[in-house]
Amino acid sequence: MVIPEAARDAIDAAIGRYPEPRAALLPALHIVQRELGCVPLEAARELAAIFAVAPVEVLELLSFYNLFRVEPGGRHRVNVCTNLPCSLRGARALLRGLEAHLGVAAGETTRDGRITLGHEECLGACAWAPMLRIDGDYHENLDLEDAKRLLDGLE
Amino acid sequence: MYPRLPHVTGYLTEHVAEDDFVTLEGYRARGGWLAAERALREMSPEDVVDQVTASGLQGRGGAGFPTGQKWSFMPSDPDGPSYLVCNADESEPGSFKDRLLLERAPHKVLEGILIGAFATRAEKTFVYVRGEYSRAADVFESAVEECRTAGILGRNALGSGFGHDVVVTRGAGAYICGEETGLLESLEGRKGMPRKKPPYPAQVGAFGRPTTVNNVETLAHVPHIVANGPEWFRGLGTEESPGTTLFGVSGHVSRPGLYELPLGTRLDEIVFEHAGGVPGGRKVKAVIPGGLSMPALPAGQLDVPMANESLRERGTFLGTGGIIVMDDTTCMVRVACVTTWFFRDESCGQCTQCREGTGWLHKLCERIERGAGEDADLDVLRDVSASMEGQTICAFADAAAWPVQGFLRHFREDFEAHVRLAKCPFPASFEL
Ligand SMILES: Cc1cc2nc3c(=O)[nH]c(=O)nc-3n(C[C@H](O)[C@H](O)[C@H](O)COP(=O)(O)O)c2cc1C
Ligand code: SF4
Repeated sequence: MVIPEAARDAIDAAIGRYPEPRAALLPALHIVQRELGCVPLEAARELAAIFAVAPVEVLELLSFYNLFRVEPGGRHRVNVCTNLPCSLRGARALLRGLEAHLGVAAGETTRDGRITLGHEECLGACAWAPMLRIDGDYHENLDLEDAKRLLDGLE
Repeated sequence: MYPRLPHVTGYLTEHVAEDDFVTLEGYRARGGWLAAERALREMSPEDVVDQVTASGLQGRGGAGFPTGQKWSFMPSDPDGPSYLVCNADESEPGSFKDRLLLERAPHKVLEGILIGAFATRAEKTFVYVRGEYSRAADVFESAVEECRTAGILGRNALGSGFGHDVVVTRGAGAYICGEETGLLESLEGRKGMPRKKPPYPAQVGAFGRPTTVNNVETLAHVPHIVANGPEWFRGLGTEESPGTTLFGVSGHVSRPGLYELPLGTRLDEIVFEHAGGVPGGRKVKAVIPGGLSMPALPAGQLDVPMANESLRERGTFLGTGGIIVMDDTTCMVRVACVTTWFFRDESCGQCTQCREGTGWLHKLCERIERGAGEDADLDVLRDVSASMEGQTICAFADAAAWPVQGFLRHFREDFEAHVRLAKCPFPASFEL
């Protein structure tokens, strides 16, 4: 069993909130990812058993929804929004600069396993562009120097 | 200090700067929850629907459907549970208003939810918050918890005898889950693939039951309508589009941000007076008036009131009120590349016209931007985008086609210059 007991309880509680158990599948994936850092294949199999669905149905959700990942990646996930409002204010140049600074391309993880760099679609911070998200927290109104400093401060 | 406060406030955003407004106590101290008490204790569901219908409130999620009418489609004598869904998926590029309401006025949204649920006889509301808004979802969940403890939600909501509960569901990063039936599929634990309509959600919605889907901002207007009456609401905005709305202004302006203003406020007033115009002595080239899905307007057409009836005459729509401003250094082919890339990535792939069409639009724009395009490519762009309209399961394909048509209509010269010079003639434009 890779899904810990406490997470099982949280999943059971989520199931109780919906008229049909299957509706708790997305909440369950969030719970597992919070607990394990990703949703490994073994966890997907266990979820399929809990929800009495075919494993492939869980895998389909993992590939459809961008926020779920099957591998842990770096210790920190840094995503730069590159949609139009941010791009107009230099987001793509910022992403290029960070790629050069870290020595990785978007989508890759630094060799020390510290950071996975990526881009993201509009995050609803358009007026404070450019911006990036580090592990779920927004950092807005950045220039390249601010952004480098932020990343250098990550463990 | 919260960094994202609106520059101009009205009834929707009054008090959002005050930190305790997010608490039940703070909301009550400013008159909150009185409208719901009145609705649930003194009015019938029909009365509430009539008031909202009379107010002329239109949905703020992008389609502008009359809210009262939508509510009237719900069965008055259901043979089982009915549901309300609050659409908090806000993913339209250029839109960031629902996030402010969720984070800074959660009780106001909840009060609108309770009144809407009462009016549509819904026993539960599912609030579907996009996964990236985890902070907003946390704030909102605390407000729900406070309301349960205080008896505002529960078996006997506000002591009225009406039973209601609210469940917060987090999305997981898919734009298409903002489309109401894609949302319902996702809520049920599936991929967010939109459903064929009919049946409409009021007939067969969440979990096979009658369901109303409303946007966050739409519901936030409701307590004010119940408190002040439909006449008051009609006194703001235009005859056809009453009330205020939250305009989000981004891109090349001096004061990007949120502005709560009456519908019908002129676009040039918003861009130049409120948002301070384009910085650095440059000029406006183009403005997208309602989020990335809506056709852009050229600088000469900004003298238009921001309401659907007037924007329609200019070939565009209010959408979500996300105003994206581009200055005269901007290459519109690059803008088209960014736009088509987004839609290509987010198509759910069920319909051929959409899946293939979004790919083609992007490929053609890229080729033209690289300087490898031909004259005929412009016609192909036009034809492909035309073939995507009105053909598909959901309006996503139209939303992907419209902006391209807008770029070609008003900025064709930019495309032609790329072909003629075999390179991008805008070296100072934003980087791709
Ligand atoms: C591709 C697509 C994306 C949409 N995204 C959203 C969204 O993020 N939020 C929203 O409220 N409505 C969105 N809508 C509109 C919804 O389908 C629906 O009309 C709306 O939630 C109804 O609420 P309203 O009547 O209160 O506006 C989207 C529609 C389409 C076609
Ligand atoms: S129009 Fe596009 S997004 Fe909508 S259902 Fe068809 S393929 Fe999916």
